[in-house]
Amino acid sequence: MSGNDLHLTLKVWRQAGPNVPGKLVTYDAPGISPHMSFLEMLDVVNERLQEKGEEPIAFDHDCREGICGMCGLVINGVAHGPRRATTTCQLHMRYYKDGDTIVIEPWRAGPFPVIKDLVVDRAPFDRIIAAGGFISVSTGNAPDGNAIPVPKSSAELSMDAAACIGCAACVAACPNASAMLFVSAKVSHLGLLPQGQPERKARVLRMIAQMDAEGFGGCTNIGECEAACPKEIKLENIARLNRDYLAAAVTRRPETGSGGAG
Amino acid sequence: MKLNGKCPTGPIDTQWSRYKNEIKLVNPSNKRKFKLIMVGSGLAGASGAASLAELGYNVEVFCYQDSPRRAHSIAAQGGINAAKNYQNDGDSVYRLFYDTVKGGDFRSRESNVHRLAEVSVNIIDQCVAQGVPFAREYGGTLSNRSFGGAQVSRTFYARGQTGQQLLLGAYQALERQIGAGAVKMHPRTEMLDLIVVDGRARGIVTRDMVTGKIESHLGDAVMLATGGYGNIFYLSTNAKGCNVTAAWRAHRRGAFFANPCYTQIHPTCIPVAGDYQSKLTLMSESLRNDGRIWVPLRAGDTRAPGQIPEAERDYYLERKYPSYGNLAPRDISSRAAKQVCDEGRGVGPGGRGVYLDLAESIARLGEGTIRERYGNLIEMYERITGEDPYKVPMRIYPASHYTMGGLWVDYNLMSNLTGLFVLGEANFSDHGANRLGASALMQGLADGYFVIPYTMGNYLATEKPPKVDLSHPEVKKVEAEVAERTKKLLSMKGKRSPDSFHKEVGKVMWEKCGMARNEAGLKEALQAIPAIREEFGKNLSVLGGEAELNQTLEKAGRVADFLELGELMCRDALVRDESCGGHFREEHQTPDGEAVRNDEKFCHVAAWEWTGEGKEPVRHEEALEFEFVHLATRSYK
Ligand SMILES: Cc1cc2nc3c(=O)[nH]c(=O)nc-3n(C[C@H](O)[C@H](O)[C@H](O)COP(=O)(O)OP(=O)(O)OC[C@H]3O[C@@H](n4cnc5c(N)ncnc54)[C@H](O)[C@@H]3O)c2cc1C
Ligand code: FES
Repeated sequence: MSGNDLHLTLKVWRQAGPNVPGKLVTYDAPGISPHMSFLEMLDVVNERLQEKGEEPIAFDHDCREGICGMCGLVINGVAHGPRRATTTCQLHMRYYKDGDTIVIEPWRAGPFPVIKDLVVDRAPFDRIIAAGGFISVSTGNAPDGNAIPVPKSSAELSMDAAACIGCAACVAACPNASAMLFVSAKVSHLGLLPQGQPERKARVLRMIAQMDAEGFGGCTNIGECEAACPKEIKLENIARLNRDYLAAAVTRRPETGSGGAG
Repeated sequence: MKLNGKCPTGPIDTQWSRYKNEIKLVNPSNKRKFKLIMVGSGLAGASGAASLAELGYNVEVFCYQDSPRRAHSIAAQGGINAAKNYQNDGDSVYRLFYDTVKGGDFRSRESNVHRLAEVSVNIIDQCVAQGVPFAREYGGTLSNRSFGGAQVSRTFYARGQTGQQLLLGAYQALERQIGAGAVKMHPRTEMLDLIVVDGRARGIVTRDMVTGKIESHLGDAVMLATGGYGNIFYLSTNAKGCNVTAAWRAHRRGAFFANPCYTQIHPTCIPVAGDYQSKLTLMSESLRNDGRIWVPLRAGDTRAPGQIPEAERDYYLERKYPSYGNLAPRDISSRAAKQVCDEGRGVGPGGRGVYLDLAESIARLGEGTIRERYGNLIEMYERITGEDPYKVPMRIYPASHYTMGGLWVDYNLMSNLTGLFVLGEANFSDHGANRLGASALMQGLADGYFVIPYTMGNYLATEKPPKVDLSHPEVKKVEAEVAERTKKLLSMKGKRSPDSFHKEVGKVMWEKCGMARNEAGLKEALQAIPAIREEFGKNLSVLGGEAELNQTLEKAGRVADFLELGELMCRDALVRDESCGGHFREEHQTPDGEAVRNDEKFCHVAAWEWTGEGKEPVRHEEALEFEFVHLATRSYK
């Protein structure tokens, strides 16, 4: 411990299981180094709980470098906390002051039930991708990589959208629990590339249908999702999605066969 | 026992195509009668499962994260190699083959490596078709960069997120098959044991990480694509959940573990900052394209980097390896960093760091270009350290990153246990004693997209595995053992957390079996590790219940397996009385500190057989022959 260490008070959501009530529990957290990451701070708190014979706080995490999308906490009411373009695992304690109280809660959205403490079930996101978030090209069917030139600007824009890590902060931040930013990022990533054109319309229709079936809310252009997104996915993706959706809905024909198996 | 890799013979450049022409095929309408189990959804697992499902097989996929998209492959930054020769700089399949064999310090199989180099070109095509947004030139063609150990530009990349984009491509292909009902996905499900019936791998026992339910899953073959064991060191660049459990449990059921001592310590990671540290962050090797590595010339020089004039800096990689310079291979660069720090010339707190300096490239190319190339890496560095690399040089130090060792497999990717296949980082096959940058992504996808679809078909058509059902006594037995082990972990009621044991064994491994090893140190480790294991057996504390999400329980099971693996790694390192690639035995070096191999005694793969708890494992050898690349001292000078 050194002189710069922080003494914090944590209020953490504890919930034993999916269908039981939870509550905020207060923990005293002295001796927190400002160089720790937020999750390292929780590691230290957990290690101390364990020593006292109390069950550690469950939270999801894996890569701890902002890329896997597994972590995600609502920190003082803000998804992933106060720093712009930063996942919870990349947030460092140097942004807090000695004496601060920090409230830590799970993502809260109807389609994401709590599994335990700060861990939620985000399976609906996978089902949305399974519904159409891909290009149907079975292994072995591909032409030479340079056969289709892709303008650098399209590749860059596509990459901007493809950077989405699927953490679901956008849903957690949205008052309507809408998944439009997530869906639009995939629709844009694939729709901006020549390879994505053949299925462009079918893709957007299927993904939106699945999104609705999962019970996510509608988008009312509030923009909280963009503000919370750790990868700075832009609202303009939603505009692109809306254009594609309209175009697809107007020219919709009954689908023949399923787009799935290869 | 002499192991047989079952490699084809004859001219190397036609081995794979001849193999494909000769194997047996499964007729399309019969494919759906087979059920295959894939553990792991990283590049190897997702690509393999999707490709097999596209062919018509029924596949069940397992991963421990909440979604297959989060496998550790997602974190790969720098790029993927392929012998496309789009740059017209003289690359070819042969050169990629040659570089990989040499890079592996002549400890890999020629046939496997050649196949890898051949299919590398198909991987890029496949990924482009899936919509992977690789970097492009203004004319719309694909862009390349250089990586360590190569003199050509053959690395394809998507900003600093290549692994993410490749994995999303494979994940989307997998989700398409899930949507079509050809793949059944089991996320948050951990494999805890392997079921072997009549000498054949027939299934796995898993724990549902949400409900705690222990269950068996049977199939006609089992594939493990469960990644590497670099987390044995506790601090590593791997994701926190990376573990050896799947591979280790298969090892205990009879699968040989090959070359466990071959680990890769990556030269460019952010140095350790404190004892609370939970992981180390990689700064992609691609930075070495534009960054120069240096330390002060004089030991104990504590001036700020900007105050140290050019003449008083030592660009030690450029000095020692003029033809490769800052792009010297990883093992060599890591040891060179350790050496200058051992000499007291390291920088930053604790003196365990060297500078990676972008200043000259920023002056030459402008900050904009550097930002475009490495923006997200630099941002990541800034977030963690609070320092701005556009203004002050980055500080880096080596860290555990990748494991070349893994379960032994033959040319078909099948282990010595019939019906058990191993893909990606979890197998040992292609990288010898050192892996070159941008080659792990290539290998994972080669195994999954282009090798297993063929070799699996051949296995099923040849072997026609008999039916087994869940009531088989062996299935019940393994299930009961898993339940028993879980109960035991929960019932010890000791005082220490699994993490505290992990840190303890990690420290022993880093000090005695890390970047440099010697006989005395390895013998000490072989005393220390069993003692830690014994203490673990007495003093572990796991709170919480069995029938619920219990992260401490998950961790405890993984640490228990690391505690056994660590001992095997040290044993392997002790017996391999030579230096090669990432395995550096201090007793075997040239006067200027380069590795000295002993081809007469050690030109072979060491594959270890488990013989029971508390019993000495047995070491088997597979001889390596170099017909097409001649054994030579590996030089990058
Ligand atoms: C930070 C970093 C950067 C890297 N950058 C590069 C690079 O630029 N280029 C390059 O070529 N390589 C790079 N590598 C190496 C490369 O990323 C890995 O070697 C490769 O991705 C491994 O892929 P895989 O499919 O074998 O395993 P992984 O991606 O590790 O996947 C393992 C899978 O197995 C599952 N699993 C594990 N155990 C169990 C179990 N017991 N039960 C159920 N499921 C289980 C996991 O859930 C996961 O789905 C990098 C590695 C790191 C750490
Ligand atoms: S733990 Fe992977 S993004 Fe935070």
